[in-house]
Amino acid sequence: MSKEGVDVGRRRFLTTATTVLGGVGAAFALVPFLGAWRPSAKAQAAGAPVEVDISRLEPGAQMTIEWRGKPVWVVRRTNNMVTELPNLNDRLRDPDSNESLQPSYAKNIARAIKPEYFVAVGICTHLGCVPTYRPDIGGISANWPGGFYCPCHGSSYDLAGRVYKGVPAPLNLEVPAHRYVSDTVIVVGEDQGAA
Amino acid sequence: MSKILNRLLSWTDERFPLTQAWNEHIGKYYAPKNFNFWYFFGSLAMVVLVLQLVSGLWLTMNYNPSSEGAFASVEFIMRDVSYGWLIRYIHTTGASAFFIVVYLHMFRGLMYGSFKKPRELVWVIGMAIFLVLMGEAFMGYLLPWGQMSFWGAQVIISLFGAIPVVGEDLALFIRGDYNISGATLNRFFALHVIALPLILIGLVFVHIVALHKVGSNNPDGIEIKYKKDINGIPLDGITFHPYYSVKDLMGVAVFLIVFAIIMFFMPEMGGLFIEHPNYVPADPLKTPEHIAPVWYFTPFYSVLRAIPDKFLGVVSMGAAVAILFVVPWLDRSPVKSIRYRGMLYKSALGIFVVSFLVLGYLGTQAPTPMGTFLARVFSAAYFLFFLLMPIYTKLDKVKPVPERVT
Repeated sequence: MSKEGVDVGRRRFLTTATTVLGGVGAAFALVPFLGAWRPSAKAQAAGAPVEVDISRLEPGAQMTIEWRGKPVWVVRRTNNMVTELPNLNDRLRDPDSNESLQPSYAKNIARAIKPEYFVAVGICTHLGCVPTYRPDIGGISANWPGGFYCPCHGSSYDLAGRVYKGVPAPLNLEVPAHRYVSDTVIVVGEDQGAA
Repeated sequence: MSKILNRLLSWTDERFPLTQAWNEHIGKYYAPKNFNFWYFFGSLAMVVLVLQLVSGLWLTMNYNPSSEGAFASVEFIMRDVSYGWLIRYIHTTGASAFFIVVYLHMFRGLMYGSFKKPRELVWVIGMAIFLVLMGEAFMGYLLPWGQMSFWGAQVIISLFGAIPVVGEDLALFIRGDYNISGATLNRFFALHVIALPLILIGLVFVHIVALHKVGSNNPDGIEIKYKKDINGIPLDGITFHPYYSVKDLMGVAVFLIVFAIIMFFMPEMGGLFIEHPNYVPADPLKTPEHIAPVWYFTPFYSVLRAIPDKFLGVVSMGAAVAILFVVPWLDRSPVKSIRYRGMLYKSALGIFVVSFLVLGYLGTQAPTPMGTFLARVFSAAYFLFFLLMPIYTKLDKVKPVPERVT
């Protein structure tokens, strides 16, 4: 480009200004394209809270419901299962659930509102597989006290979804927001006191 | 007749550099005269690319990218569409063939030093092709919406969740839903059939332009451009056409025979090319007993599983791919070809190949304590091949390189 008789400073200013302004415009143009990747209104509506009737759940049994396309478990723990929980603390990675995800009202030893009913998202915190409920004592190894076992990469959790040491999963199972509508009906996806 | 054609050609040449392009890249492109069978795999990769583009285009004519319809539409293609089974098996066999051909093509580069100066950019562009190809294969594998499609994608997208702070939001953004769903399937379909193939074709074009700028390497690793006759033609060069076009045709014939045998008689390859759990529709509430990626991802998957920490595992798996990009700057050897290198590089490359194969095997198997131990040993060997490369290639005793190709 010829520079004869040209105000170089002015040309540089105009070039820079055009580039910057064009760049800002391009960045704004990205918004709808990136935004379109977020969960749609339909997906968000389908992610609404769900009601679970737990009246027919036997002690020691587990049921699975679907919330936001993910499996959510309700396990009715026996008294024995609950009283065993504190004894496992030193075999666990995060026994007090300080790093794990749960609502504040479930941040206790049983990781539940009522210790009898354990509600958790049934997705392994390692790579997203669904662990299996293995309440059988000694079922996985000789000192297996009952819990959840992930077949994908061998992660294991106790009956409060707390992860054991020495397995690939980094965190305890997630406890979703949930509340009791009555003694036998739980709403998953809504916090206590939100009603 | 030929007079008319000649006039048409000169009419075109005045408006489009047809003859010039033909001469530059085919008719008068001089390639070294000593190519061996390892030099088939570049052209074979392009043949497979065309196979995939054509069979893929035909598959989209009957495929339904929705979580309700995907699995059934694949069964429909297999059972009811005329020759649908053939077109799908071309595509599934083609996917594995693509990786076999590309892995051999990359190994050829490591063996003959094709990544070394002045071909660094050819190598880097090639690695970008490999990366896009992995994305293309990963997204394509979700489309049949079988159990392995679903859970394979679940595992891989969960990897992004390991990134601190933004990880979970990023995984949500990629899925477009709180779990893998029809939204994920649909966008993967769009990326698989439009975005990534376009990028792939663009990168292949750039790969060849870069290669033709610097000229092809050869099994001796000698630059043929340094020895030219009085007309400026390399003494050890022969034109791509007809010499290598005909030779490559021969390679294509052999390749297609093998391809057809696999496609017609063992398209599933015992669960390696199409995994058995993928004949069960995706169920978000039930994980299959054993999840393994398709064979071409298993070496990297083994690295991931070998590391006990989730985030470091993801980082290591990424590094196992990323480190290949910088090979041109890790190798300090004065010679290119393995023919003139010493025992150090030969043994290192041998150990690397064994590590890659063992990791690949382990990745298809359910984890056992012994398997995890072996995966750790061979992951270490895999990385040491690269990390120690600046040292052993410098210490290596090289042989004198002849002036002309042998």
